[in-house]
Amino acid sequence: MIPSNKPVLSLGSGLRWLFIAGVMAFLYLPIVVLVVNSFNESKYGHKWQGFSFKWYEKLWHNDALLEAFFNSLTVATLSATCATILGTLMALAVYRYRFRFRQSASALIFVVLMSPDIVLAITFLIVFMALGIQLGFWSLLIAHITFCLPFVVITVYSQLKGFDGNLLEAAQDLGAKESQVFRLVILPLLRPAIAASWLLSFTLSLDDVIISSFVTGPGFEILPIRVFSMVKVGVSPEVNVLATLLMLISLVVVIIVPLLLRRKT
Amino acid sequence: MKPRFELFRSTIILITLFWLGLFVLAPHVMVLITSVLSPDPNNLAVWPLNLNSYVNLWDSLYLNVFLDSLYLSLLATGICLLLGYPFAFILSRFSPLLRSILLFMMVVPFWTNSLIRTYAIKLLMGKKGLFNDVLLGVGIIDEPLQILYTEFAVIFGLVYILFPFMVLPLISSFDKLDRSLLEAARDLGANGWHRFWRIIVPLTSPGIIAGCLIVFLPAMGMFYVADLLGGAKNILLGNLIKNQFLVVRDWPFGSALSVSLIVLMALLLWFYFKANQYIQRKGGLDDDTLK
Repeated sequence: MIPSNKPVLSLGSGLRWLFIAGVMAFLYLPIVVLVVNSFNESKYGHKWQGFSFKWYEKLWHNDALLEAFFNSLTVATLSATCATILGTLMALAVYRYRFRFRQSASALIFVVLMSPDIVLAITFLIVFMALGIQLGFWSLLIAHITFCLPFVVITVYSQLKGFDGNLLEAAQDLGAKESQVFRLVILPLLRPAIAASWLLSFTLSLDDVIISSFVTGPGFEILPIRVFSMVKVGVSPEVNVLATLLMLISLVVVIIVPLLLRRKT
Repeated sequence: MKPRFELFRSTIILITLFWLGLFVLAPHVMVLITSVLSPDPNNLAVWPLNLNSYVNLWDSLYLNVFLDSLYLSLLATGICLLLGYPFAFILSRFSPLLRSILLFMMVVPFWTNSLIRTYAIKLLMGKKGLFNDVLLGVGIIDEPLQILYTEFAVIFGLVYILFPFMVLPLISSFDKLDRSLLEAARDLGANGWHRFWRIIVPLTSPGIIAGCLIVFLPAMGMFYVADLLGGAKNILLGNLIKNQFLVVRDWPFGSALSVSLIVLMALLLWFYFKANQYIQRKGGLDDDTLK
């Protein structure tokens, strides 16, 4: 074990890396198994029986699964975008303005953050029934936007708190309207928080199972619902393929989007 | 700032209140109301008001599910903390770049839906899965173990899915840890053990409590983990609630079950704020962990 040169912590650096590697192995083992098995000739994936693209082909012909897959990506993209816009405006309202029910608004955002998914799922289901909103695309979108909101608000709010107040006052003294202050001063400064919020919302939306199971209807099937019925009883190698593609697409989005943004500025 | 009428200002305040009122406040109130209505197979919930659903909660069958899922969730939370605390501790001492990379790596598996990841764990745990293969190969066991459909499998799944939620608040707590306090303690002669228990743990306790809250409550609702890894039993409160809403269609009882979860949440939050106040009185951190 190499003794650490950091003065305060006396944990061997080799031991530290071993622990980190162990946790990462724990997190990645199931994913690796999925990816490897997506190329496995064998259906059950117990033994490696040769490389094959046969499950990719199978997935290509599985229309129901593909549709659910695209529906999931659509909902994740749209809800991340809407939640980011809405959450940024909410954070701004709570940070910048004094209004009636301001405390209640922050309390409600906190409630969404702390409520377990299953409780949120039920509250959404009941309100959609009461409002007569058909379970499907719109109900799903509203639910996903709402459960992503607190994460956006918190991220944006904490960046707003770090602002130099003089900057905003200067803009106002020079005659800028609130909308101009927002567009010309606040928004550019918020760019990192907004990007982080979008990414977090996108991730949360793609990952969700519980809320989606309650608020989507037969007319609009998304990935977790479809997959649940497939894997409940048996093994479905197409799911391995799907997981592999999902990882790949997300990785591309995450790596490409910031690069594009950087080039623009 | 002088309040003057501005279209922009009024619009975003209105949108905020409208959205939160309609999709957060009203739904929570409706769950409360539904829980005191009577079940009806066609109209889901009807008058008259009564407390039958709450009386049913005390049925030993449901009480057992509640206690079982409390136990499973507590255990999963404890394991998450045991793994997550050293993980966040070690990460907080890396350079910002390295830390960002490792945190990013921790999030990557999340882009595969958690149901699919639970299915992957199921594959690992089967009689012919990788776990049994390795154990047999090493010679620890002679025949395949029954890992799937046990409590162990459910706890493993819960820890797997919820681990990052434990780490993130812990990391932000460690970020705020003032290194000079540790140096001062060392200069005053405190050994590593003392520095850890007397300084590091108390100062990161808001993160510990926040992380535990964020893991513990959702764990009770993760019906799909119990469904896939625990077999077809009602093990978690989430399974019970889901069945009441989507299978049995007794919405008032399902709502009452959710209300019990909300009450539990309120109690824990109350405890969280009290604990934070106590820590602050003792001269600890500001409560910014959740803000």
